[in-house]
Amino acid sequence: MHLLYMILIDPFVQMASAPDLLVQTLWEGLVSGMLYALIALGFVLIFKASGVFNFAQGIMVVFAALTLVGIYEAGVPAFIALALAIAVMFLLAFVVERGVLRPLVGQPDIILFMATFGITYFLIGFGELVFGGDPKVMITEPLYLPKGAITYHAFGGMVQLQKLDIAAAIIASLMVAGLAVFFSKTRIGRALRAVADSHEAALSVGISLEQIWVIVWFAAGLVALVTGVFWGARSDVSFALEVIALKALPVLILGGFTSIPGAIVGGLIIGLGEKIVEFYWGPLVGSGTDAWFAYVIALVFLLFRPQGLFGERIIERV
Amino acid sequence: MRATGGPDIAVGDVLLSVENVSLAFGGVKAVSDVSFDIRKGEIRAIIGPNGAGKTSMLNVINGFYQPQHGRITFKGATRSKMRPYEAAEGGIARTFQNVALFRGMTALDNIMAGRTLKMRKNFVWQLLRHGPALREEVEHRHAVEAIIDFLKIQEIRRTPVGRLPYGLQKRVELGRALAMEPELLLLDEPMAGMNLEEKEDMSRFILDVNDHFGTTIALIEHDMGVVMDLSDRVVVLDHGIKIADGTPDEVRSDQKVIDAYLGVAH
Repeated sequence: MHLLYMILIDPFVQMASAPDLLVQTLWEGLVSGMLYALIALGFVLIFKASGVFNFAQGIMVVFAALTLVGIYEAGVPAFIALALAIAVMFLLAFVVERGVLRPLVGQPDIILFMATFGITYFLIGFGELVFGGDPKVMITEPLYLPKGAITYHAFGGMVQLQKLDIAAAIIASLMVAGLAVFFSKTRIGRALRAVADSHEAALSVGISLEQIWVIVWFAAGLVALVTGVFWGARSDVSFALEVIALKALPVLILGGFTSIPGAIVGGLIIGLGEKIVEFYWGPLVGSGTDAWFAYVIALVFLLFRPQGLFGERIIERV
Repeated sequence: MRATGGPDIAVGDVLLSVENVSLAFGGVKAVSDVSFDIRKGEIRAIIGPNGAGKTSMLNVINGFYQPQHGRITFKGATRSKMRPYEAAEGGIARTFQNVALFRGMTALDNIMAGRTLKMRKNFVWQLLRHGPALREEVEHRHAVEAIIDFLKIQEIRRTPVGRLPYGLQKRVELGRALAMEPELLLLDEPMAGMNLEEKEDMSRFILDVNDHFGTTIALIEHDMGVVMDLSDRVVVLDHGIKIADGTPDEVRSDQKVIDAYLGVAH
C-alpha cells in the first residue's frame, strides 16, 4: 500500500507542492531533449536521403567538436576555427561519399550500415591521432556564448535558466527552421526529398545522387558541429560522448526514422520523460533511471506504434 | 519545348541510333546485338513478349545500364558509357513501368522536381530563398502550371501522389518527364494496368505531346491496338534479339512477329 502511494500519488503531491522545482525539471528536460533531437536530426537527414542508418553520427558530433577545439588550441582565432571546422565537415562528407558510399552503391542496406561502423572507428582513431585522446574543454567564451544563469522568482520559489541553454535553444530552433524551409521550398531540398522517395526516379530527372549525398552528409556534419558545441559546453569534449548516439535511437523510434518534426518532438519527449522520471520516481529505485528510461519508452512505442509518431505508415502490397 | 545544347536535328533525321548493343547480366543475355534508330519527331514503339529485353533496352538508352558491347549515338554524339543524369541533361526523359514517383511529395512538387536541371541558381541563394532563387522558382512554377493544365490535373496539384489512383499517378509521372522539356521521351508501358477510358486519355496525351511540342517519343507497350494506332514505326524484340523493324503494317504481317506472339515451337 505504501509502495503504491509512493508510485502513484506521492510524486504528484511533490509536483503540486513545489511548482518551481517542477518547472525547473521541465526546463532541464526540454534542454537535454533538444540536444537529443539534434543528434536524431543528423540521423534522419542521412536516413531520409540514402536509407542508411548512420551509426557514425554520434562520433561525428565528437569529431566536429574536437576539430573546432583542436584548431582553436593550435592558435587560430575562434571564428576562423569555426569556419575551418565547417570546412572539415564538408571535406568529411566529400570523402565519405567518394570513399565509402559510391563504391557501395546498390549494396544491401546492412552493408552500408556496417560501413558506417567503419567510419565510426576510423574517426575515433583519426581524431585521437590528430587531437590526442584527452578530454578537451569546449571554447564557449571565444565564441561569445553566454555564461551564467537567469534567475526568476516565480512559482513560489525560483527557477534558474542557464544562458547557455537558452542560446542553444535559439540556435537549434533557427537551424531546424532553416532546414525545414530549405527542405520544403528549394530545388535542392526537393531533390533531397526526391532521392529519399525513389533513387531511380530521381536519377531519371537528372538529380545526381553523388551531389545529394555530399549535401546531406554535410548538413548532418553541420548539425553534428552545433550539437557538439552545446553538448561539449555542458560536459567535456571527449570520445565518451559517442554513447549519446545510442540515446538517439529511442528518439528515432519515437519520432520515426524519416521525419524531421518527429526527431524534434521525439527528442523533447525523451528528454522531458527522462528528467521527470529521474527526479520524481528515480529515488524509489535508487536513481540512475535516465540510463534506461528512454529505452523503455521506445519499447512501448515499438509495441503499439512501430512506425513512430510521424513516420510513414508501413503499408505493403502483397 | 526543346532542350538546349547540341546540334539541331531536323525532323525526320536520326535523333538516336543504337548499334549492335548487347547487354548481359552474368550469363543471362538481356539484349543481343540489337540495332535500330529513332528519328526526330516520330513515335517509335518497342514491342515484344515478356522478357524480350524491352525495358533493358530503355534502361540502356537512359544510362541506367551500361551495355557490354555496342554504341549509342544521341544528337550526333557517340558514347559507350553514360550516367543517368547525363542522359537527363542531354534531354532524355522517361517514365517507369511500375510508376516511380516521389510518393511523399505532392503532384506539384513531383513535377517541379522535373525542372531540377533547369534551375541553376546556386546553393547559397537556395538557402536564403531570396532574390534570384525566388524569381527562378516562380518562373519555373509557371512552366509547371502549363503542364498541369495540359494534363488536366489541376484538382490534384496539392495531393501527395501516394494517395492518387494509379491512372492519375501515371499522368503525374508523364508530367514530371514533360517538365524536363525533353528532346526524347521514353515511356515504359504508359498504359499498363489502365482501363479503356484511361488508355484513351493517355493515348491522346501522347499524341498531343508529339504534335504540339514535337517531342520524339519511344514507347514500350503491350496493347497491340494502342501500338498500331499511335506509332509511326515499330521495332520488335524477342529473347533480346531484334526480329522485325518497320511500319505497324509491315510488322503486323511479319511471320516472325506472329510466331513470337503466338508462341511457335522452335
